[in-house]
Amino acid sequence: MAYSDKIRSAYQEQLQGLKDQGIFKIERYIHSVQDAEIEVEFPPGAPLKKVINICANNYLGLSSHPEVVKAAHAGLDDRGYGMSSVRFICGTQDIHKELERKITEFLGTEDTILFPSCMDANAGVFEAILSEQDVMICDRLVHASLIDGIRLCKAAQDSFKHSDMAHLEEKLILHADKRNKLVITDGVYSMDGDTAKLDEMVALCEEYDAMLLVDESHASGFIGKRGRGTHEKCGVMGKIDIITTTFGKALGGASGGCVSGRKELVELCRQKARPYLFSNTIAPSVVAGVIRVLDILSSTTERRDKLEKNANWWRKSLTEAGFVLQPGDTPIVPVMLFNAKLSQDFAKDLFSEGVYAIGFFHPVVPQGKARIRTQISAAHEMHHLEKALDAFVKVGKKYDILGKSKKDITAMYGA
Amino acid sequence: MRDKIREVVLDYVIKEYMEDQDEEITYDTALISGGFIDSFSMVSLKVFLETKYQIKLPDDKATPEAFDTVENITDLVIEFLDKK
Repeated sequence: MAYSDKIRSAYQEQLQGLKDQGIFKIERYIHSVQDAEIEVEFPPGAPLKKVINICANNYLGLSSHPEVVKAAHAGLDDRGYGMSSVRFICGTQDIHKELERKITEFLGTEDTILFPSCMDANAGVFEAILSEQDVMICDRLVHASLIDGIRLCKAAQDSFKHSDMAHLEEKLILHADKRNKLVITDGVYSMDGDTAKLDEMVALCEEYDAMLLVDESHASGFIGKRGRGTHEKCGVMGKIDIITTTFGKALGGASGGCVSGRKELVELCRQKARPYLFSNTIAPSVVAGVIRVLDILSSTTERRDKLEKNANWWRKSLTEAGFVLQPGDTPIVPVMLFNAKLSQDFAKDLFSEGVYAIGFFHPVVPQGKARIRTQISAAHEMHHLEKALDAFVKVGKKYDILGKSKKDITAMYGA
Repeated sequence: MRDKIREVVLDYVIKEYMEDQDEEITYDTALISGGFIDSFSMVSLKVFLETKYQIKLPDDKATPEAFDTVENITDLVIEFLDKK
Protein backbone atom coordinates (compact mmCIF):
# COMPACT_ATOMS: atom_id res chain seq x y z
CA MET A 1 0.00 0.00 0.00
CA ALA A 2 1.53 3.23 -1.10
CA TYR A 3 -0.54 5.42 1.22
CA SER A 4 0.98 4.07 4.44
CA ASP A 5 -0.07 4.92 7.98
CA LYS A 6 3.05 7.05 8.25
CA ILE A 7 2.09 9.13 5.22
CA ARG A 8 -1.55 9.41 6.36
CA SER A 9 -0.53 10.51 9.82
CA ALA A 10 1.81 13.19 8.42
CA TYR A 11 -1.08 14.67 6.41
CA GLN A 12 -3.40 14.43 9.38
CA GLU A 13 -0.87 16.38 11.45
CA GLN A 14 -0.70 19.02 8.74
CA LEU A 15 -4.50 19.41 8.80
CA GLN A 16 -4.53 19.49 12.60
CA GLY A 17 -1.91 22.25 12.42
CA LEU A 18 -4.31 24.37 10.35
CA LYS A 19 -7.06 23.75 12.90
CA ASP A 20 -4.74 24.63 15.80
CA GLN A 21 -3.80 27.91 14.12
CA GLY A 22 -7.49 28.69 13.60
CA ILE A 23 -7.11 28.90 9.81
CA PHE A 24 -8.94 25.71 8.82
CA LYS A 25 -11.60 26.71 6.31
CA ILE A 26 -15.14 25.38 6.67
CA GLU A 27 -17.78 25.61 3.93
CA ARG A 28 -21.29 26.86 4.61
CA TYR A 29 -23.85 24.91 2.60
CA ILE A 30 -26.31 27.17 0.78
CA HIS A 31 -29.65 25.63 -0.15
CA SER A 32 -30.99 28.53 -2.22
CA VAL A 33 -29.93 30.49 -5.30
CA GLN A 34 -27.35 33.25 -4.82
CA ASP A 35 -29.17 36.42 -3.78
CA ALA A 36 -29.50 39.18 -1.19
CA GLU A 37 -31.03 36.60 1.15
CA ILE A 38 -29.87 33.00 1.20
CA GLU A 39 -30.69 29.85 3.14
CA VAL A 40 -27.63 28.48 4.88
CA GLU A 41 -26.89 25.18 6.62
CA PHE A 42 -24.17 25.96 9.14
CA PRO A 43 -22.62 24.17 10.86
CA PRO A 44 -23.27 21.06 8.73
CA GLY A 45 -26.45 19.35 9.89
CA ALA A 46 -27.88 22.52 11.50
CA PRO A 47 -31.38 23.63 10.49
CA LEU A 48 -31.53 26.04 7.55
CA LYS A 49 -31.17 29.70 8.49
CA LYS A 50 -32.28 32.57 6.27
CA VAL A 51 -29.61 35.27 6.34
CA ILE A 52 -28.78 38.50 4.53
CA ASN A 53 -25.75 37.88 2.38
CA ILE A 54 -23.16 40.66 2.42
CA CYS A 55 -20.14 38.65 1.32
CA ALA A 56 -20.94 37.67 -2.27
CA ASN A 57 -19.27 39.04 -5.40
CA ASN A 58 -22.79 39.28 -6.84
CA TYR A 59 -22.35 43.05 -7.18
CA LEU A 60 -25.06 43.58 -9.79
CA GLY A 61 -27.46 40.94 -8.50
CA LEU A 62 -27.32 39.08 -11.83
CA SER A 63 -26.32 35.66 -10.48
CA SER A 64 -29.89 34.45 -10.51
CA HIS A 65 -31.53 37.13 -12.63
CA PRO A 66 -34.46 35.61 -14.59
CA GLU A 67 -33.25 36.95 -17.97
CA VAL A 68 -29.75 35.53 -17.45
CA VAL A 69 -31.13 32.17 -16.33
CA LYS A 70 -33.44 32.13 -19.38
CA ALA A 71 -30.55 32.92 -21.74
CA ALA A 72 -28.44 30.17 -20.17
CA HIS A 73 -31.34 27.73 -20.66
CA ALA A 74 -31.55 28.73 -24.33
CA GLY A 75 -27.78 28.26 -24.68
CA LEU A 76 -28.09 24.79 -23.18
CA ASP A 77 -30.94 23.86 -25.55
CA ASP A 78 -29.36 25.35 -28.68
CA ARG A 79 -25.67 24.51 -28.21
CA GLY A 80 -25.66 21.60 -25.76
CA TYR A 81 -24.20 20.88 -22.33
CA GLY A 82 -20.49 20.70 -23.11
CA MET A 83 -17.98 20.67 -25.95
CA SER A 84 -15.62 17.93 -24.74
CA SER A 85 -12.71 19.86 -26.20
CA VAL A 86 -10.25 22.68 -25.73
CA ARG A 87 -10.90 25.75 -27.86
CA PHE A 88 -8.40 25.11 -30.66
CA ILE A 89 -9.40 21.51 -31.43
CA CYS A 90 -13.19 21.52 -31.63
CA GLY A 91 -14.30 23.67 -28.72
CA THR A 92 -15.00 27.02 -30.38
CA GLN A 93 -18.64 27.72 -31.19
CA ASP A 94 -20.01 30.82 -32.88
CA ILE A 95 -21.22 32.03 -29.46
CA HIS A 96 -17.68 31.92 -28.02
CA LYS A 97 -16.58 34.31 -30.77
CA GLU A 98 -19.69 36.43 -30.25
CA LEU A 99 -18.87 36.75 -26.54
CA GLU A 100 -15.26 37.71 -27.32
CA ARG A 101 -16.51 40.46 -29.67
CA LYS A 102 -18.99 41.75 -27.10
CA ILE A 103 -16.40 41.93 -24.34
CA THR A 104 -13.97 43.75 -26.64
CA GLU A 105 -16.68 46.31 -27.33
CA PHE A 106 -17.74 46.54 -23.67
CA LEU A 107 -14.21 47.09 -22.36
CA GLY A 108 -13.11 49.27 -25.28
CA THR A 109 -10.12 47.13 -26.21
CA GLU A 110 -8.73 45.67 -29.48
CA ASP A 111 -9.41 41.95 -28.98
CA THR A 112 -10.38 39.35 -26.36
CA ILE A 113 -9.67 35.70 -25.59
CA LEU A 114 -11.82 33.65 -23.19
CA PHE A 115 -10.32 31.52 -20.43
CA PRO A 116 -12.00 28.96 -18.15
CA SER A 117 -11.55 31.47 -15.30
CA CYS A 118 -9.73 34.72 -14.56
CA MET A 119 -7.42 32.64 -12.37
CA ASP A 120 -6.48 30.80 -15.58
CA ALA A 121 -6.19 34.07 -17.52
CA ASN A 122 -3.78 35.42 -14.90
CA ALA A 123 -1.90 32.13 -14.72
CA GLY A 124 -1.34 32.08 -18.49
CA VAL A 125 -0.93 35.63 -19.70
CA PHE A 126 2.56 36.49 -18.37
CA GLU A 127 4.33 33.41 -19.63
CA ALA A 128 2.68 33.85 -23.02
CA ILE A 129 3.88 37.41 -23.63
CA LEU A 130 7.11 37.85 -21.64
CA SER A 131 10.51 36.17 -21.38
CA GLU A 132 13.87 36.41 -19.56
CA GLN A 133 14.76 39.82 -20.98
CA ASP A 134 11.61 41.42 -19.57
CA VAL A 135 10.44 42.57 -16.14
CA MET A 136 7.11 42.44 -14.31
CA ILE A 137 6.55 45.18 -11.72
CA CYS A 138 3.48 44.56 -9.60
CA ASP A 139 1.65 46.40 -6.85
CA ARG A 140 2.31 44.61 -3.56
CA LEU A 141 -1.36 43.92 -2.91
CA VAL A 142 -2.35 42.34 -6.25
CA HIS A 143 -4.59 39.28 -6.21
CA ALA A 144 -3.11 35.83 -5.50
CA SER A 145 -3.88 34.64 -9.04
CA LEU A 146 -1.65 37.36 -10.50
CA ILE A 147 1.10 36.37 -8.08
CA ASP A 148 0.83 32.76 -9.27
CA GLY A 149 0.96 33.84 -12.92
CA ILE A 150 4.00 36.02 -12.23
CA ARG A 151 5.73 33.06 -10.55
CA LEU A 152 5.16 30.91 -13.64
CA CYS A 153 6.89 33.44 -15.90
CA LYS A 154 10.64 33.63 -16.49
CA ALA A 155 10.79 37.43 -16.65
CA ALA A 156 12.35 39.30 -13.71
CA GLN A 157 9.98 40.22 -10.90
CA ASP A 158 9.73 43.30 -8.74
CA SER A 159 7.04 45.13 -6.81
CA PHE A 160 6.10 48.60 -5.61
CA LYS A 161 4.35 49.78 -2.45
CA HIS A 162 0.61 49.63 -2.73
CA SER A 163 -0.66 52.49 -4.90
CA ASP A 164 2.60 54.44 -4.39
CA MET A 165 3.28 56.13 -7.72
CA ALA A 166 6.64 57.59 -6.69
CA HIS A 167 7.82 54.10 -5.77
CA LEU A 168 6.53 52.70 -9.07
CA GLU A 169 8.49 55.39 -10.92
CA GLU A 170 11.67 54.42 -9.00
CA LYS A 171 11.14 50.83 -10.14
CA LEU A 172 10.56 51.84 -13.78
CA ILE A 173 13.86 53.75 -13.67
CA LEU A 174 15.63 50.85 -11.91
CA HIS A 175 14.57 48.43 -14.66
CA ALA A 176 15.12 50.80 -17.60
CA ASP A 177 17.53 48.33 -19.24
CA LYS A 178 14.90 45.59 -19.62
CA ARG A 179 13.44 44.87 -23.06
CA ASN A 180 9.76 45.00 -22.07
CA LYS A 181 8.41 46.31 -18.78
CA LEU A 182 4.94 45.27 -17.62
CA VAL A 183 3.29 47.07 -14.71
CA ILE A 184 0.65 44.96 -12.98
CA THR A 185 -2.23 46.12 -10.79
CA ASP A 186 -5.75 45.26 -9.71
CA GLY A 187 -8.36 47.83 -10.82
CA VAL A 188 -10.23 47.52 -7.53
CA TYR A 189 -8.44 45.84 -4.65
CA SER A 190 -10.60 43.01 -3.37
CA MET A 191 -9.56 43.13 0.29
CA ASP A 192 -9.34 46.91 0.75
CA GLY A 193 -11.96 48.09 -1.77
CA ASP A 194 -9.75 50.93 -3.01
CA THR A 195 -9.21 51.82 -6.66
CA ALA A 196 -5.92 51.87 -8.60
CA LYS A 197 -4.72 55.27 -9.86
CA LEU A 198 -4.90 54.15 -13.46
CA ASP A 199 -4.62 57.66 -14.91
CA GLU A 200 -1.29 58.19 -13.15
CA MET A 201 -0.13 54.68 -14.00
CA VAL A 202 -0.91 55.16 -17.69
CA ALA A 203 1.08 58.45 -17.65
CA LEU A 204 4.07 56.74 -16.00
CA CYS A 205 3.91 53.79 -18.38
CA GLU A 206 3.86 56.17 -21.36
CA GLU A 207 6.84 58.11 -19.97
CA TYR A 208 8.94 55.01 -19.28
CA ASP A 209 7.77 52.91 -22.23
CA ALA A 210 6.09 50.22 -20.14
CA MET A 211 2.92 48.17 -20.70
CA LEU A 212 0.09 48.11 -18.15
CA LEU A 213 -1.98 45.10 -17.07
CA VAL A 214 -5.09 45.61 -14.93
CA ASP A 215 -7.13 42.83 -13.28
CA GLU A 216 -10.68 44.16 -13.37
CA SER A 217 -12.39 41.24 -11.64
CA HIS A 218 -13.83 43.45 -8.88
CA ALA A 219 -14.68 46.30 -11.29
CA SER A 220 -16.08 45.02 -14.61
CA GLY A 221 -19.79 45.76 -14.88
CA PHE A 222 -20.13 48.46 -12.22
CA ILE A 223 -17.12 50.79 -11.79
CA GLY A 224 -17.27 53.89 -14.02
CA LYS A 225 -20.41 55.72 -15.13
CA ARG A 226 -21.32 52.99 -17.64
CA GLY A 227 -19.86 50.17 -15.58
CA ARG A 228 -17.02 49.48 -18.00
CA GLY A 229 -14.47 49.39 -15.20
CA THR A 230 -11.71 51.29 -13.44
CA HIS A 231 -10.27 52.49 -16.75
CA GLU A 232 -13.56 54.22 -17.50
CA LYS A 233 -13.64 55.79 -14.03
CA CYS A 234 -10.06 57.06 -14.44
CA GLY A 235 -10.63 58.35 -17.99
CA VAL A 236 -8.13 56.00 -19.65
CA MET A 237 -10.32 53.69 -21.76
CA GLY A 238 -8.37 52.49 -24.78
CA LYS A 239 -5.05 53.06 -23.00
CA ILE A 240 -4.80 49.84 -20.98
CA ASP A 241 -2.67 47.27 -22.79
CA ILE A 242 -4.11 44.21 -21.03
CA ILE A 243 -7.27 43.80 -18.98
CA THR A 244 -8.00 40.49 -17.29
CA THR A 245 -11.42 39.97 -15.79
CA THR A 246 -13.91 37.37 -14.62
CA PHE A 247 -17.50 36.44 -15.42
CA GLY A 248 -17.68 34.85 -11.97
CA LYS A 249 -18.53 38.04 -10.08
CA ALA A 250 -20.68 40.95 -11.34
CA LEU A 251 -21.00 39.56 -14.89
CA GLY A 252 -23.38 36.74 -13.97
CA GLY A 253 -21.32 34.99 -11.34
CA ALA A 254 -21.08 31.57 -13.00
CA SER A 255 -17.54 31.03 -14.24
CA GLY A 256 -15.10 32.01 -16.96
CA GLY A 257 -12.75 34.90 -17.54
CA CYS A 258 -10.73 36.58 -20.25
CA VAL A 259 -7.70 38.51 -21.38
CA SER A 260 -8.70 41.60 -23.34
CA GLY A 261 -6.34 44.15 -24.83
CA ARG A 262 -3.80 44.75 -27.61
CA LYS A 263 -4.52 42.35 -30.45
CA GLU A 264 -0.96 41.02 -30.74
CA LEU A 265 -0.88 40.17 -27.03
CA VAL A 266 -4.28 38.46 -27.22
CA GLU A 267 -3.13 36.48 -30.26
CA LEU A 268 0.02 35.38 -28.39
CA CYS A 269 -2.21 34.11 -25.58
CA ARG A 270 -4.22 32.16 -28.17
CA GLN A 271 -1.00 30.58 -29.42
CA LYS A 272 0.87 30.07 -26.16
CA ALA A 273 -1.17 30.45 -22.96
CA ARG A 274 -1.21 27.04 -21.33
CA PRO A 275 -4.51 27.28 -19.42
CA TYR A 276 -6.14 28.19 -22.76
CA LEU A 277 -4.43 25.43 -24.71
CA PHE A 278 -4.86 22.66 -22.17
CA SER A 279 -8.17 23.37 -20.45
CA ASN A 280 -11.74 22.91 -21.62
CA THR A 281 -13.73 25.57 -23.41
CA ILE A 282 -16.37 27.50 -21.42
CA ALA A 283 -19.72 25.66 -21.37
CA PRO A 284 -22.26 26.99 -23.92
CA SER A 285 -24.89 27.79 -21.27
CA VAL A 286 -22.41 30.02 -19.42
CA VAL A 287 -21.37 31.76 -22.65
CA ALA A 288 -25.02 32.45 -23.50
CA GLY A 289 -25.62 33.77 -19.98
CA VAL A 290 -22.68 36.20 -20.11
CA ILE A 291 -23.77 37.47 -23.55
CA ARG A 292 -27.16 38.31 -22.06
CA VAL A 293 -25.47 40.03 -19.08
CA LEU A 294 -23.46 42.24 -21.43
CA ASP A 295 -26.59 43.07 -23.44
CA ILE A 296 -28.39 44.11 -20.24
CA LEU A 297 -25.46 46.23 -19.04
CA SER A 298 -25.01 47.86 -22.45
CA SER A 299 -28.66 48.91 -22.58
CA THR A 300 -29.05 50.38 -19.08
CA THR A 301 -26.93 51.54 -16.13
CA GLU A 302 -29.84 51.03 -13.74
CA ARG A 303 -28.20 48.20 -11.79
CA ARG A 304 -24.77 49.82 -11.35
CA ASP A 305 -26.51 53.07 -10.32
CA LYS A 306 -28.50 51.24 -7.66
CA LEU A 307 -25.34 49.47 -6.48
CA GLU A 308 -23.53 52.81 -6.16
CA LYS A 309 -26.41 54.26 -4.15
CA ASN A 310 -26.56 51.19 -1.86
CA ALA A 311 -22.79 51.16 -1.31
CA ASN A 312 -22.65 54.89 -0.53
CA TRP A 313 -25.46 54.51 2.01
CA TRP A 314 -23.78 51.50 3.62
CA ARG A 315 -20.37 53.17 3.91
CA LYS A 316 -21.89 56.38 5.31
CA SER A 317 -24.07 54.50 7.81
CA LEU A 318 -21.23 52.33 9.14
CA THR A 319 -19.02 55.42 9.50
CA GLU A 320 -21.75 57.28 11.39
CA ALA A 321 -22.23 54.24 13.63
CA GLY A 322 -18.58 54.57 14.67
CA PHE A 323 -16.84 51.72 12.84
CA VAL A 324 -13.31 52.05 11.45
CA LEU A 325 -13.53 51.47 7.69
CA GLN A 326 -10.86 51.07 5.08
CA PRO A 327 -11.22 54.22 2.91
CA GLY A 328 -12.61 53.78 -0.61
CA ASP A 329 -15.62 54.38 -2.82
CA THR A 330 -16.49 50.92 -4.14
CA PRO A 331 -19.08 48.31 -3.03
CA ILE A 332 -16.30 46.55 -1.07
CA VAL A 333 -16.47 48.05 2.41
CA PRO A 334 -14.01 46.50 4.90
CA VAL A 335 -14.91 46.95 8.58
CA MET A 336 -11.57 46.98 10.38
CA LEU A 337 -11.25 44.91 13.56
CA PHE A 338 -7.42 44.41 13.43
CA ASN A 339 -7.41 41.33 15.71
CA ALA A 340 -7.86 37.91 14.03
CA LYS A 341 -9.93 36.31 16.79
CA LEU A 342 -12.16 39.37 17.10
CA SER A 343 -12.88 39.16 13.35
CA GLN A 344 -13.98 35.53 13.73
CA ASP A 345 -16.09 36.16 16.84
CA PHE A 346 -17.68 39.19 15.21
CA ALA A 347 -18.63 37.22 12.07
CA LYS A 348 -20.09 34.42 14.21
CA ASP A 349 -22.26 36.87 16.15
CA LEU A 350 -23.40 38.55 12.93
CA PHE A 351 -24.53 35.14 11.67
CA SER A 352 -26.58 34.64 14.86
CA GLU A 353 -28.18 38.01 14.08
CA GLY A 354 -29.08 36.84 10.56
CA VAL A 355 -26.22 38.48 8.63
CA TYR A 356 -23.70 36.45 6.68
CA ALA A 357 -20.23 38.01 6.43
CA ILE A 358 -16.73 36.64 6.70
CA GLY A 359 -13.82 37.73 8.87
CA PHE A 360 -10.46 37.82 7.08
CA PHE A 361 -7.06 37.75 8.76
CA HIS A 362 -3.40 36.98 8.05
CA PRO A 363 -2.24 35.59 5.62
CA VAL A 364 -5.21 36.70 3.47
CA VAL A 365 -4.68 40.27 4.70
CA PRO A 366 -1.53 41.71 6.36
CA GLN A 367 -0.78 40.87 9.98
CA GLY A 368 -2.77 43.04 12.40
CA LYS A 369 -5.27 44.13 9.77
CA ALA A 370 -8.07 41.60 10.33
CA ARG A 371 -11.46 42.72 9.15
CA ILE A 372 -15.01 41.85 8.14
CA ARG A 373 -15.17 42.44 4.39
CA THR A 374 -18.66 43.53 3.41
CA GLN A 375 -19.75 43.53 -0.22
CA ILE A 376 -22.84 45.37 -1.30
CA SER A 377 -25.08 44.31 -4.18
CA ALA A 378 -27.73 45.82 -6.42
CA ALA A 379 -29.84 42.87 -5.21
CA HIS A 380 -29.95 44.45 -1.73
CA GLU A 381 -33.06 46.45 -0.93
CA MET A 382 -32.99 49.13 1.76
CA HIS A 383 -34.64 46.81 4.31
CA HIS A 384 -31.77 44.31 3.87
CA LEU A 385 -29.17 46.99 4.45
CA GLU A 386 -31.01 48.46 7.45
CA LYS A 387 -31.29 45.05 9.07
CA ALA A 388 -27.61 44.33 8.40
CA LEU A 389 -26.65 47.71 9.88
CA ASP A 390 -28.70 46.99 13.03
CA ALA A 391 -26.85 43.69 13.42
CA PHE A 392 -23.44 45.38 12.99
CA VAL A 393 -24.32 48.02 15.59
CA LYS A 394 -25.59 45.41 18.06
CA VAL A 395 -22.45 43.27 17.73
CA GLY A 396 -20.23 46.37 17.67
CA LYS A 397 -21.73 47.46 21.01
CA LYS A 398 -21.18 43.98 22.46
CA TYR A 399 -17.44 44.27 21.75
CA ASP A 400 -17.39 47.97 22.70
CA ILE A 401 -15.66 49.08 19.49
CA LEU A 402 -18.06 51.78 18.26
CA GLY A 403 -16.41 55.18 18.09
CA LYS A 404 -13.06 53.58 18.93
CA SER A 405 -9.87 54.13 16.93
CA LYS A 406 -7.45 51.49 15.67
CA LYS A 407 -5.27 52.24 18.69
CA ASP A 408 -8.19 51.73 21.12
CA ILE A 409 -9.31 48.47 19.48
CA THR A 410 -5.83 46.96 19.37
CA ALA A 411 -5.28 48.03 23.01
CA MET A 412 -8.40 46.05 23.96
CA TYR A 413 -7.96 42.99 21.75
CA GLY A 414 -4.35 42.98 20.51
CA ALA A 415 -3.18 43.31 16.92
CA MET B 1 31.94 47.46 9.77
CA ARG B 2 29.18 45.00 10.66
CA ASP B 3 27.21 47.60 12.63
CA LYS B 4 27.42 50.07 9.78
CA ILE B 5 26.17 47.56 7.19
CA ARG B 6 23.39 46.50 9.52
CA GLU B 7 22.24 50.12 9.87
CA VAL B 8 22.30 50.69 6.11
CA VAL B 9 20.29 47.52 5.45
CA LEU B 10 17.73 48.30 8.16
CA ASP B 11 17.28 51.86 6.83
CA TYR B 12 16.76 50.55 3.32
CA VAL B 13 14.28 47.87 4.43
CA ILE B 14 12.22 50.41 6.39
CA LYS B 15 12.18 52.90 3.51
CA GLU B 16 11.53 50.30 0.81
CA TYR B 17 9.07 47.95 2.46
CA MET B 18 7.33 49.41 5.48
CA GLU B 19 4.02 50.98 4.56
CA ASP B 20 2.54 51.25 8.01
CA GLN B 21 4.54 53.59 10.22
CA ASP B 22 3.15 51.83 13.31
CA GLU B 23 5.09 48.69 12.42
CA GLU B 24 8.43 48.33 14.11
CA ILE B 25 11.15 46.11 12.78
CA THR B 26 14.45 45.15 14.31
CA TYR B 27 17.59 43.38 13.12
CA ASP B 28 15.92 40.04 13.94
CA THR B 29 12.42 40.62 12.56
CA ALA B 30 11.41 37.83 10.17
CA LEU B 31 10.89 39.97 7.08
CA ILE B 32 9.78 37.39 4.49
CA SER B 33 8.39 34.55 6.61
CA GLY B 34 6.80 37.17 8.87
CA GLY B 35 4.90 38.67 5.95
CA PHE B 36 6.60 42.09 5.87
CA ILE B 37 8.28 41.52 2.50
CA ASP B 38 6.96 39.36 -0.33
CA SER B 39 9.52 37.27 -2.13
CA PHE B 40 9.17 39.38 -5.33
CA SER B 41 10.44 42.42 -3.54
CA MET B 42 13.74 40.72 -2.85
CA VAL B 43 14.80 41.70 -6.36
CA SER B 44 15.13 45.37 -5.47
CA LEU B 45 16.91 44.53 -2.21
CA LYS B 46 19.41 42.39 -4.15
CA VAL B 47 20.00 45.15 -6.72
CA PHE B 48 20.45 47.67 -3.87
CA LEU B 49 23.03 45.54 -2.05
CA GLU B 50 24.96 44.77 -5.24
CA THR B 51 25.10 48.43 -6.23
CA LYS B 52 25.87 49.78 -2.76
CA TYR B 53 28.63 47.28 -1.94
CA GLN B 54 29.87 46.52 -5.46
CA ILE B 55 29.32 42.79 -5.01
CA LYS B 56 27.54 40.11 -7.05
CA LEU B 57 25.08 37.91 -5.14
CA PRO B 58 24.42 34.66 -7.04
CA ASP B 59 20.74 33.62 -7.26
CA ASP B 60 21.38 30.45 -5.26
CA LYS B 61 22.67 32.56 -2.36
CA ALA B 62 19.95 35.23 -2.53
CA THR B 63 17.31 32.93 -1.07
CA PRO B 64 14.26 33.91 1.02
CA GLU B 65 16.04 32.38 4.03
CA ALA B 66 19.20 34.43 3.49
CA PHE B 67 17.09 37.59 3.15
CA ASP B 68 14.73 36.85 6.03
CA THR B 69 16.29 39.12 8.65
CA VAL B 70 18.55 42.17 8.60
CA GLU B 71 21.13 40.06 10.48
CA ASN B 72 21.05 37.36 7.79
CA ILE B 73 21.32 39.93 5.00
CA THR B 74 24.28 41.52 6.78
CA ASP B 75 25.98 38.10 7.04
CA LEU B 76 25.49 37.59 3.31
CA VAL B 77 26.92 41.00 2.41
CA ILE B 78 29.97 40.45 4.65
CA GLU B 79 30.54 36.99 3.13
CA PHE B 80 30.70 38.45 -0.36
CA LEU B 81 32.68 41.53 0.66
CA ASP B 82 35.29 39.17 2.08
CA LYS B 83 35.44 37.36 -1.25
CA LYS B 84 36.13 40.55 -3.19
